[in-house]
Amino acid sequence: MDLKLYVWRQKGPDSPGKLEQFTAKNISPDMSFLEMLDEVNEELVKEGKETIAFDHDCREGICGTCSQVINGIPHGGQDKTTVCQLHMRKFKDGDSIYIEPWRAKAFPLVKDLIVDRSALDRIIQAGGYVSNHTGGSPDGNAILIPKPDAEVSMDAAECIGCGGCVAACPNGSAMLFTAAKVTQLAMLPQGKVEAAQRVCVMTEQMLKEGFGNCSNHYECQDACPKGIKVSFIAKLNREFIKASVK
Amino acid sequence: MGFLSSTVGRKILMAITGFLLLTFLCIHLLGNSFIYLGWINAYGERLHSMPPVVWAARIGMVILLAVHIFFGIKLTLENNAARPQAYAVKKNVRATFAGRTMIWTGLLIAAFLIYHLLHFTLRMTNPEISSGIDAMGRLDVFKMIVLSFKNILISGAYIAALIAVGLHIFHGIQSVVQTIGLNSDKTLPCVESTGRGIAFILFLGYASIPLVIIFGLLNFKG
Repeated sequence: MDLKLYVWRQKGPDSPGKLEQFTAKNISPDMSFLEMLDEVNEELVKEGKETIAFDHDCREGICGTCSQVINGIPHGGQDKTTVCQLHMRKFKDGDSIYIEPWRAKAFPLVKDLIVDRSALDRIIQAGGYVSNHTGGSPDGNAILIPKPDAEVSMDAAECIGCGGCVAACPNGSAMLFTAAKVTQLAMLPQGKVEAAQRVCVMTEQMLKEGFGNCSNHYECQDACPKGIKVSFIAKLNREFIKASVK
Repeated sequence: MGFLSSTVGRKILMAITGFLLLTFLCIHLLGNSFIYLGWINAYGERLHSMPPVVWAARIGMVILLAVHIFFGIKLTLENNAARPQAYAVKKNVRATFAGRTMIWTGLLIAAFLIYHLLHFTLRMTNPEISSGIDAMGRLDVFKMIVLSFKNILISGAYIAALIAVGLHIFHGIQSVVQTIGLNSDKTLPCVESTGRGIAFILFLGYASIPLVIIFGLLNFKG
């Protein structure tokens, strides 16, 4: 199939950017979205033009590197799917596709569709760890963790830190990301020790980085390729209230 | 970091003040509904025979409104600044019109509130119909309301403002529950639909008064 692409092109962080039109020809429905862009880039190389810069790594939906807003929806709108796992069979011959980078003040644009997501790493650095000495591997069942708690923790740990929640949020907030990290640790005994401090410093860092405030639109939940739920944000709020009354 | 500089702390403050203002809306509707029972003049007199209660409520309301409006504007400005470059194409999958227009419905409600106070509390906008005395020597609130809402412009302004109120709490109620941490995956859909239902009921309750007056179902006798 043939597609009309409108891709955001920007040479660098301070250069002006604009949507540029490309035609993707003879695209197989079995290609992934990134493979389609590879094809377009190959044509650009043949023509001696500069290729479209975009982030990608594992291409199997687990690394959180690919980051494109496709037709107005981060990761393209297919349920629980990253851009690399979105396939061209979702599109029809002759479709127009708009491709833009994540847009947030805290994600400065590097080039074309690539943004710098180090701000998320700094939120983790602020408190997304356990610093108490946990010793060697404990004996099995030495630390009892109820199965439902372990499940919630694991569900939260599914977050791959792609930043799709920020891209989707009308406020550019990273609350779903922060909530997933806070919950992942707060559900487990080892993480409970620093839970109160963690929720405060991580949300503080989120704001410092220039992310917006959460106002419960839940747009993040629908965009998340890993199905991280907004109930984790309610959990973060509970953790914050607990920390405040301590 | 202080509670008031935390993104979650301020959100909780918005939720608590919003919830208390919602409580006032419910009490106010209960008071208004006395018009259907013919008790509105007696209710008005009884209420104003307790100045400490009235003034405590007024002062409380001013504080709640000041906090809610101040942080509402501040948070919105921060949120707008968090995305300096807008998307060329952006689709909202889940976010509602009501949720995305909170600042505008909020500001509309604030502007309407000034008019509402000038109209019914200070009785400055329509003095000719607002200072009647009924047969028992009480302020004739019934006459003031009926004659006001017979004016299609006044009724129209009230119903328009009520749409803004309805939209604001349509998003607001579920938002309060989420913010104070009472939501789970199981409760979220129920909380959302209950919140929307309450918003609709409050809208209908308030809007019923100008509507029945316009349609002549509730009339001034005498």
